[in-house]
Amino acid sequence: MTSTGNTLQVDAQGRLKHFLTIAGLERDLLVNILDTAESFAGVGERAVKKVPLLRGKTIVNLFFEPSTRTRTTFELAAKRLSADVLNINASTSSTTKGESLLDTLRTLEAMHCDMFVVRHGQSGAAHFIASHAAPHISVINGGDGSHAHPTQAMLDMFAIRRHKGDFASLKVSIVGDVAHSRVARSQIHALVTLGAAEVRVVAPRTLVPPGLEKMGVRVYDNLRQGLADADVVILLRLQNERMQGALLPSAHEYFQYYGVTEERLAAAHPDAIVMHPGPLNRGVEIDSDVADGSRSVILRQVSYGIAIRMAVMSMAIGSHAAAEREEN
Amino acid sequence: MRMRISSAHVVDPANDVNQVTDLFIADGRIVGLGKAPDGFEPERNLDASGLVLMPGIVDLRARLREPGAEHKGTIASETLAAVRGGITTLCCPPDTDPVVDTPAVAELIHQRAATSRLARVDVLGALTRNLDGQNLAEMGALREAGCLGVSNALQPVSDTEVMRRAMEYAATFGLTVFVHAEDPWLAKGRVVHDGAVGTRLGLGGIPEIAETIAVARELLLVEQTGTRVHFCHLSTGPAVDMVRDAQSHGLPVSADVAVHQLFLTEQDVDAFNSYCHVRPPVRSLDDRARLRAGVRAGVLGSICSDHQPHELDAKLNPFADTAPGISAVDSLLALVIGLVADNELTLAQAVKALTCGPAAALGIDRGTLSLGSPADICLFDPDEQWVLDDTSMLSRGHNTPFKGHTLKGRARCTLVDGRVVFEASPLRAAVG
Repeated sequence: MTSTGNTLQVDAQGRLKHFLTIAGLERDLLVNILDTAESFAGVGERAVKKVPLLRGKTIVNLFFEPSTRTRTTFELAAKRLSADVLNINASTSSTTKGESLLDTLRTLEAMHCDMFVVRHGQSGAAHFIASHAAPHISVINGGDGSHAHPTQAMLDMFAIRRHKGDFASLKVSIVGDVAHSRVARSQIHALVTLGAAEVRVVAPRTLVPPGLEKMGVRVYDNLRQGLADADVVILLRLQNERMQGALLPSAHEYFQYYGVTEERLAAAHPDAIVMHPGPLNRGVEIDSDVADGSRSVILRQVSYGIAIRMAVMSMAIGSHAAAEREEN
Repeated sequence: MRMRISSAHVVDPANDVNQVTDLFIADGRIVGLGKAPDGFEPERNLDASGLVLMPGIVDLRARLREPGAEHKGTIASETLAAVRGGITTLCCPPDTDPVVDTPAVAELIHQRAATSRLARVDVLGALTRNLDGQNLAEMGALREAGCLGVSNALQPVSDTEVMRRAMEYAATFGLTVFVHAEDPWLAKGRVVHDGAVGTRLGLGGIPEIAETIAVARELLLVEQTGTRVHFCHLSTGPAVDMVRDAQSHGLPVSADVAVHQLFLTEQDVDAFNSYCHVRPPVRSLDDRARLRAGVRAGVLGSICSDHQPHELDAKLNPFADTAPGISAVDSLLALVIGLVADNELTLAQAVKALTCGPAAALGIDRGTLSLGSPADICLFDPDEQWVLDDTSMLSRGHNTPFKGHTLKGRARCTLVDGRVVFEASPLRAAVG
């Protein structure tokens, strides 16, 4: 398999230059991200919630799509690393005036920024920006189209490792709209690379894209079978717009067959954890009893997100600093 | 000018010629092969030993971007690139701006081409008014204006009743309908092949059935109406099989393949390479193998450039936001000759798909070296190696995924109506 933009995101020494997709990254690098995040996980609990690693660096949150949770956790992560943060909501600014993506990029480059965190509605947008950005700039993909959301996937891996331990013994079921989910794609790449025993996808056939098995998953269209004996159950958000067109008849029927309730969760392993990238649609993909129940780690995922984003930001900017030192 | 071209490897599939011999030209026409007509006194006597002499390439589909998108290309710029590439006839689809749905636009294109005096330019007229897929264009008038066929270019005719009537009306005037076979609902909003690579990249996929369902509908309409239909740029193996079966049942259908489809597959899109963003999308290795087999078998009678020059910015965006298409007249000949070097095609099969095949689809008497036919000729060096890059490309659009590739085989001299329209460096004069 040719790896997507691998030479783009990893330098000759194997260090992370950009973080665009999990696809093509080595297992060791993923473990390194998780370990680095562990070291940052305690920072938020201290009285002084800051480390000076990125002091003097400027990070731009460049969001072409609305986001609350991802943007704020990136912002918090940057601030805890002592970086200066600029939030640009591009969906309401220059781009609506007809400025091209490349021109927006050039304008921000001229402000001497060090890192862009990009969210964009088009698959490949972060690759595009990374391919055209000045060499001193790191690009972190905060979600592009249906392609990738690598920091979300890594925080999910962080949660799984903390709560379930070794990946090699785990059966993981991802339930929901995989066809449109950048989160699911990145999770699948991460789980397969980290050596999960089995990765399953559970969805009606209208929400399963062709050739998905080639990513290393087993596809189920029956929830009970798909959850059987699972150690980790990951639910995906079902966007309301999927009810328009011919993908699903109604949210009601979706919940009827694919909504996860306490009763249906009984098919999974008794110690199974339940995860969701948020925001939740209670009563559509997840019942409130499950979302707020003892097996749910959904809120903890959010706080892990800060540690993961601190790890990735410091590693990417660090690799540029190291590369500059080597040149001098 | 009276010209003798000596010792060339002459390949003329229409007349089953494939041998080293001499060719004689007078008054813009071919007057002799192997043997000079009585009393022939050449004014120019060229030594073409080591070169292949074939009929000038007939490119079934090339967008010259004029009128309407002159920042991408003009008739002057693109016909210059064409003759540099051994192409002597270009046929443009009607999706210019304005659309070729009135004789005036067709006349404008013919006139600009005549002024440039390089390659011949033919035009397809619109099938429906402004390509709206609903109202018939004035096909009779378009034929009078010299349009060789009619087409709705890349715009769908989703209403089957409109397509049926359009075919019947086209047949009334003996016009071939050139079809872009794509079900509009299955393709809507999607940009790549519906397969594992598109799934991994999170890019919406156009399934193979988008093409085969459309081919099936048009074949049934051909059966119903008897209209001659040509399928443009087929991209899937199953569609090739369907056309082959239709041809074996005697239906008046032909088909072509865009040259890039014989090389690129979905794997080439893998790193969001927008230069491989084309429509229909590049598909699987299996499809590519079956398209190549389709050319060998003659089911796909033509290989065309499907030339679509773009300005630089058109490809500088996230994949789905980029404009589809490849600038291809510069590299058409070399890429096809590459298939000969790789034993995918014989030289005769390759030349046929570039000359008499497309001429037959257009219903024109070109693409051959028959005695008395216009001396449209391409002389190329099969061994010349060259790099496709910003310097060597003459098209205004440099959008090609083959940029930087070393290609083998390059035109040395191109003649239209016996007139030298391109000569790389003066060919040696033959002695005696």
